[in-house]
Amino acid sequence: MRQLLRRIVFYIVALWASVTINFIIPRLAPGNPAQALMARFQGKLNPDALHALEIQFGITNESLWTQYWDYIGNLLHGNLGLSITYFPTSVASVIAQDLPWTLVLVGVSVVISFVLGTLIGMLIAWRRGSLADSVLPPFMILFSAVPYFWLALILLYVLGFKLNLFPLSGGYNTNVSPGLNGDFLASAIGHAILPALTIVISSIAGWMLGMRNTMITTLTEDYVLMAQAKGLPEREVMYAYAARNAILPNITGFALALGFVVGGALFTEMVFSYPGIGYALLQAVQNSDYPLVQGIFLIIAIAVLAANFLADLVNTALDPRTR
Amino acid sequence: MSTQSPSPQPLWSRDEQNPDRPGQSRVEVDDIAPQVVMPSGEKALADVDAPEASGGALAAPMPGASSFAFATVGGRLADLWNTLTRNRKAAIGLLIVALFVLVAIFGPIALHHDPNALSSDTLQPPSAAHWLGTTQTGQDVFSQVIYGTRASVFWGFLTGVLVTVLSVIVGLTAGYFGGVVDEVLSLLTNVFLVLPGLPLAIVLASFIPVRGPQTVALVLLITSWAWGARVLRAQTLTMRQRDFVEAARSNGENAFRIIFFEILPNEIALVAAGFVGTVTYVILAEAGLEFIGLGNVTTVSWGTMFYWSLNNDALLLGAWWWFVPPGVCIALLGAALALINNGIDEIANPKLRTERKPKALKEAGKAPQERKAVAL
Repeated sequence: MRQLLRRIVFYIVALWASVTINFIIPRLAPGNPAQALMARFQGKLNPDALHALEIQFGITNESLWTQYWDYIGNLLHGNLGLSITYFPTSVASVIAQDLPWTLVLVGVSVVISFVLGTLIGMLIAWRRGSLADSVLPPFMILFSAVPYFWLALILLYVLGFKLNLFPLSGGYNTNVSPGLNGDFLASAIGHAILPALTIVISSIAGWMLGMRNTMITTLTEDYVLMAQAKGLPEREVMYAYAARNAILPNITGFALALGFVVGGALFTEMVFSYPGIGYALLQAVQNSDYPLVQGIFLIIAIAVLAANFLADLVNTALDPRTR
Repeated sequence: MSTQSPSPQPLWSRDEQNPDRPGQSRVEVDDIAPQVVMPSGEKALADVDAPEASGGALAAPMPGASSFAFATVGGRLADLWNTLTRNRKAAIGLLIVALFVLVAIFGPIALHHDPNALSSDTLQPPSAAHWLGTTQTGQDVFSQVIYGTRASVFWGFLTGVLVTVLSVIVGLTAGYFGGVVDEVLSLLTNVFLVLPGLPLAIVLASFIPVRGPQTVALVLLITSWAWGARVLRAQTLTMRQRDFVEAARSNGENAFRIIFFEILPNEIALVAAGFVGTVTYVILAEAGLEFIGLGNVTTVSWGTMFYWSLNNDALLLGAWWWFVPPGVCIALLGAALALINNGIDEIANPKLRTERKPKALKEAGKAPQERKAVAL
């Protein structure tokens, strides 16, 4: 119980730290969002508009402390400011529009990658000394070193451009009207296959190697030998005794990976111009859209914190040794 | 790892009687093999959610012979080097890394074309004149790759060194002193661990007004030191209770000497593994940041080659020779570093070594009528 309280206090501190870092970072750069917006209009805007824009963006000349409290107050009301790139849409609505795309794409990819990787890792570890065991791990190590945005480029070039199997960019075909109809869903899935393939290929090696290594260590434990001596079928020993204990670090890793679902596919989305959070972050960075960058980073940080907390709870629940 | 067996396992196996196991170390062990005690009480933040096997597997200190010899970091590094080069995969990895370092140092001197020189052969595929083709503005891609090796390798290794130094200082200090110092440093480490690394790096790099490899290095330093610090802190907490530390303390050694000359040499394998992992991550992240345009796009490096090739629609124009070579280089270098790390893992945990079953053993397992004669 005390441990749980300590963890909760820690997460509150981490949340406060994220919010504060989020507050400080834009003030590192010279200028402010209003000036950036003025610059974008390249002199076509009346200079007197600067003051009006500053009011709208909430830029004041008050002390840092007052700005900080205003910022926290705004956050608690869900007011993340106005975006410059999509002016005058609010940051919150931009994020709300892009977030589901990222969640679905990366969520499904991570689940597929985790399940496949863990299964393959378990099977390989079970058959030590076989051909698969000596070929696959070094091959997987090679694969895990490939920069995944480069893999995305290769897949896009070969499968999308040369062979014309998949669409080149976007989240859905612009001829189709968005909504819960069959055409839209079909085109959305078609556009999601290449990004999903990239994410799965680049992350499967990690799950596979992790599961294999823990499985190998678990297989030397006495209780596995006991189960085999009892005459239980191989499959049951593999699944119910060895894999069940070996999967623990992988499950913790999976809970952590869920946290990275929101911020993890940044480069993939950029390469495929997939309309998710990562692509929005890219646009924001290239347009000096400070409020949008702040808002996206805050969402990503909160997601990671929540996933970490979940991972802690899961680990405490599954592993009695940590209580 | 919390799933590891609690029975003691010496780091160096005493299998000098087993000559046909490749990759086995032949280092002479003391008669008193060091007993490893897994950190039983320290389950909390330390190893519970560490997704790497190397964190717990490298729990054993080096053989006791060096308690009598001078236990400096240099001596231990030599030990590590000797054993590493015997492992076949790690040796291949080291060879590839050495090749890249050589190209980084001597490559630009031997170039035929100036990487920044514009010419009129735009977007030519690979040919005898331009080995890897040309870019949109007629620059030679091969020269750019060689020239970019220097920037990428140099900044990658430099940032890796800085991150490792920072994580060593924080991790060992927190682990050794305990108490308030440990609480404060642990809180700092955990907060930085929980902040999403790559998004934070992107955000920081986009706001800092100076764009260049130094900014990228600084940003990556801020976001990636926490992992190594946490692993080393967990390890130091175990080391702190051992006899040699007690002996050093009662000899009157000051804390600084104990930390860096007694405890650190025993954790060198962990530090090396962390360094190699960090360099891999840094090279990838640096290329990624430059790919978005957050580096200095006027310099030549692997990442900026990606940036320019994407911005000039290399994909749609079919100019694969522009963006494929830098990616191959990053992949090769990253794979070589991962092989080295795997070698370190396999040395520390002999169970992970992949070896084919010897033929005689395989035949012995089959039914008598299916066995083939095998020369032993």
